[in-house]
Amino acid sequence: MKELLIIGIGAALVNNVVLSQFLGLCPFLGVSKKIDTAAGMGAAVIFVITLSSFVTSLIYNFILIPTNLTYLQTIVFILIIAALVQFVEMFLKKAMPPLYQALGVYLPLITTNCAVLGVAIINVQKDYNVLQGTINGFATAVGFTIAIVLMAGLREKIEYNDIPKSFQGFPIVLLTAGLMAIAFFGFSGLI
Amino acid sequence: MNANSPMERLSNGIIKENPTFVLMLGMCPTLAVTTSATNGVGMGLTTMVILAASNLMISLLRNFIPDRVRMPAFIVVVASFVTIVQLLLEGFIPSLYDSLGLYIPLIVVNCIILGRAESYASKNPPVPSLFDGIGMGLGFTLSITCIGAVREILGAGQLFGKQILPLADAAAGKIGFEPITIFILAPGAFFVLAFLSALQNKFKLGAAKRGIDPSNPDCGGSCASCGNSMCKGKRG
Repeated sequence: MKELLIIGIGAALVNNVVLSQFLGLCPFLGVSKKIDTAAGMGAAVIFVITLSSFVTSLIYNFILIPTNLTYLQTIVFILIIAALVQFVEMFLKKAMPPLYQALGVYLPLITTNCAVLGVAIINVQKDYNVLQGTINGFATAVGFTIAIVLMAGLREKIEYNDIPKSFQGFPIVLLTAGLMAIAFFGFSGLI
Repeated sequence: MNANSPMERLSNGIIKENPTFVLMLGMCPTLAVTTSATNGVGMGLTTMVILAASNLMISLLRNFIPDRVRMPAFIVVVASFVTIVQLLLEGFIPSLYDSLGLYIPLIVVNCIILGRAESYASKNPPVPSLFDGIGMGLGFTLSITCIGAVREILGAGQLFGKQILPLADAAAGKIGFEPITIFILAPGAFFVLAFLSALQNKFKLGAAKRGIDPSNPDCGGSCASCGNSMCKGKRG
């Protein structure tokens, strides 16, 4: 139990997926203009990453290892993720229309979110079992959500500020992300 | 220059549609592996090989892949080349393999590769596609090497692993360069890219004032495919 907690805190705060590992930067920079869209993206990411890290570690541990096909992991993982996102989209559309309405636009974007594939590969590299892998996936996605929601809050404030012309748009967002990354260093004492 | 001639493709990739600074694609590896210029070169060339090979292959297969399943088909082609390159690196250049680590398999989801496959290779003959891949790859290599070099000089006083700024030594009373470690840590990546793109904005603003049309490619149509909504925001 304690070990799982350490994995969780480590993945969500200390090694934050966006601010210290640079995974999932595209949505982090792209969908962080408003707090509610950022929260929607975060929810979709939590849902997909938790599910995909469960499925990928299941397949890695019980199919790829016994058949000695571990070198195929990249191909297998990316196909699983792409198929899973499609499947989740279809399932939500049929079974839970309100949730689909809320997450719908973000789901297709997630296939190219490198955090999803990144987590699957990290799980393999760290030899996590299925439970540890799923926890790690969930915590990573929570870390992503924390970062993107904080970023959206900051950007809503930045809107009203007087920014030098050449820093408007992309550069000021990157600078903000840099400052947030420094702040997240503060968590490294936690574990 | 002829459109689609090899030279035109190369210069297009390196300058006009530079993937990092103009199209803003492939940000993850750009920020993650640029702790030194050497890593930048390694990552850039690795990506270039995969980009050129997958562009060539997709262009050869472009009349056989049904339109509806083209995305999964492209992903399988790219993932196969990534696996091949990963195994080759592990076998022949283990030091590079160790320092790039996680980011080699992640080349699969690099927007640049799928973007070029969708917007160029799937519509053009093999030879221009090959050169398009090489050009884009070189453009990517050059830009991330620049970022890596800036970070390495500021963060360690080194360039390509060689000490170019003499370090200060308090014990010996020697005055010299005090490394700004933050630049090789995570925040430094954000800062360096922020300042480089602000510089680029500055030049564009200057050019616009003098009445020169700033190069404004419409994301090459590639953002729709890579889901990089950042560019959509810029367009709208």
